[in-house]
Amino acid sequence: MEKENLFGKTLSELQEIVYELGFQKYVAKQLTDWMYKKRVASFDLMLNLSKSLRLSLQEKYELHFTNYSNVQESVDGTKKYLFPVKKYQFIEAAYIPENERATLCVSSQVGCKMGCLFCMTGKQGFQGNLSSGEILNQIFSLPEFEKLTNVVYMGMGEPFDNLDEVLKSIEILTSDYGLAWSPKRITVSTIGILPGMKKYLENTKAHLAVSMHNPFENERKMMMPIENVYHLPKILDEIRQHDFSGQRRVSFEYILFKGVNDQQRHINELARILNGIKCRINLIRFHPIPETPLESSSHETILQFQNALKRKGIVTTIRASRGEDIFAACGLLSTKEMVKKQNEEY
Amino acid sequence: MNDSSKLTLYKTIINRVEEITPDVFVLSFSRTEEFSPGQMLAVALQPKDQARLYSIASGNKENDYRILFNIQHQGYLTPRLSKVNVGDELYVSKPFGSFYGTLMADCWIAAGTGIAPFISMMESGLGEQKKLIHGGRAENSFYYAELFESKLKENYIRCSSLQTGEHYYHGRITAFLKQSNELSTKRNYYICGSSEFVVDVRDILIEKGVPYTQIIAEIYF
Ligand SMILES: Cc1cc2nc3c(=O)[nH]c(=O)nc-3n(C[C@H](O)[C@H](O)[C@H](O)COP(=O)(O)OP(=O)(O)OC[C@H]3O[C@@H](n4cnc5c(N)ncnc54)[C@H](O)[C@@H]3O)c2cc1C
Ligand code: SF4
Repeated sequence: MEKENLFGKTLSELQEIVYELGFQKYVAKQLTDWMYKKRVASFDLMLNLSKSLRLSLQEKYELHFTNYSNVQESVDGTKKYLFPVKKYQFIEAAYIPENERATLCVSSQVGCKMGCLFCMTGKQGFQGNLSSGEILNQIFSLPEFEKLTNVVYMGMGEPFDNLDEVLKSIEILTSDYGLAWSPKRITVSTIGILPGMKKYLENTKAHLAVSMHNPFENERKMMMPIENVYHLPKILDEIRQHDFSGQRRVSFEYILFKGVNDQQRHINELARILNGIKCRINLIRFHPIPETPLESSSHETILQFQNALKRKGIVTTIRASRGEDIFAACGLLSTKEMVKKQNEEY
Repeated sequence: MNDSSKLTLYKTIINRVEEITPDVFVLSFSRTEEFSPGQMLAVALQPKDQARLYSIASGNKENDYRILFNIQHQGYLTPRLSKVNVGDELYVSKPFGSFYGTLMADCWIAAGTGIAPFISMMESGLGEQKKLIHGGRAENSFYYAELFESKLKENYIRCSSLQTGEHYYHGRITAFLKQSNELSTKRNYYICGSSEFVVDVRDILIEKGVPYTQIIAEIYF
């Protein structure tokens, strides 16, 4: 039988595990020190654990990180890592260095169920949820781990469709027993799964990014089926219940599509619906995916859109296009790898 | 007003449980709220449970709500939901969502239990001028076939890779759509089912010249 990987378990989960093996719960803290602070992936090296505990753990559990299987590096220093998960399944993590900051964009699912029209991961379909350990592995196995300043959950998948594992991974990143990071170094991005978003906002202090892409419900639903389930106004109502006036931030992601969502009426509506929310809008240039009916707005349109929003008093940035030569579109690399592996088999 | 923001659950009573085909159930329970055909409910067996979403599968003039579901054997709610009895309590949100039916000549495309919102639209008097393409495995996968047969006649197309016969297209919906020459680019297309199904169908429709603005999808994620 396949042994369960202990990496990614929270302190309370580990306490239960050691207790069930017949040991005192406090030794779980020693385990987390080895796993999360010292990043040791072998029970044999955990010298302050009793030999009997190490043997008991070894019998039922394993402990390992998974190395990346492929990396592509952009001329601008951005790197896209491919991690194998299960047979034929791969996830992507993008390392984006920028001046003093080094951000890692992690995946939360293999594929995605949400079917957004503009997204390659959506086209790939859904293969499975990542465990907390598989999410954290992208961080812990990164060659640039020591340089990391920020983590964004914006890779493959919808984090709030895998809420429990995402929350566990954030607990390990931010707890004293884990990496003890400030939650301000973490941002989770959602298309607006309302129950999950609410629980996330109540249970963490990390930042929130909402993929908006259109302020009009009837237009948004043509690109994002989730709009048929959880309406944007309800998402904004929920955001208004939480405090973003201090260090915690909420931002809205907005990919600009030519002739679709880049007009004056969109600017006016954005200003209307975001009224009273202290936030930032991140404008993003669209990287076309195969067979898409959508095109990116021109650079001039994006600049005009930004200036118009700024004039309305909304902090608006244009997300720097990083790693364009390697990215094409998020999800493309892992889809290609999945297909390649399947073809090799047949 | 429909309040989906908190998905507050209200107690209701189960009035009818029917296994319409192995592992597929129709559950009826009392309703007090108005709804628009195509909307859904969040459903749980205990008020504190994480609710799951189900399209309403009954007409908007009926006294009860109906939902149609199939058992996901590894899942949490559906195995339990399949064992409830008449008189048991159920916790249900107010209706919400905006996959609304219209009076236009729309084309409905569904796989499996994704037929549920179209049953509601049909039973609420929105069946005029509609075309329905439903995909399923065998004859008993075409839930409410009599209703659609009687109202839509030849505009009710059943795609089955197992079933053959004059009422069936032998093959998957995607194959049917790919070879079809009659997909109007003027109609609106309403698709409902799993994410893989919705994405595949949407891609084919777009390839066939249907503008994406005429495709409205409900994904059972
Ligand atoms: C808008 C919307 C409308 C919907 N309408 C309908 C409808 O009308 N009818 C309908 O039948 N469904 C509908 N669904 C789906 C429904 O909400 C539930 O997801 C579904 O019924 C499964 O619920 P569950 O609790 O049984 O499974 P969950 O516990 O939610 O599990 C979900 C899936 O994960 C798998 N899974 C769970 N645990 C494990 C495990 N340990 N190992 C491996 N796999 C596992 C299950 O097999 C299942 O496929 C809708 C969904 C949405 C989003
Ligand atoms: S944009 Fe995000 S939520 Fe939408 S399909 Fe892609 S990964 Fe999923």
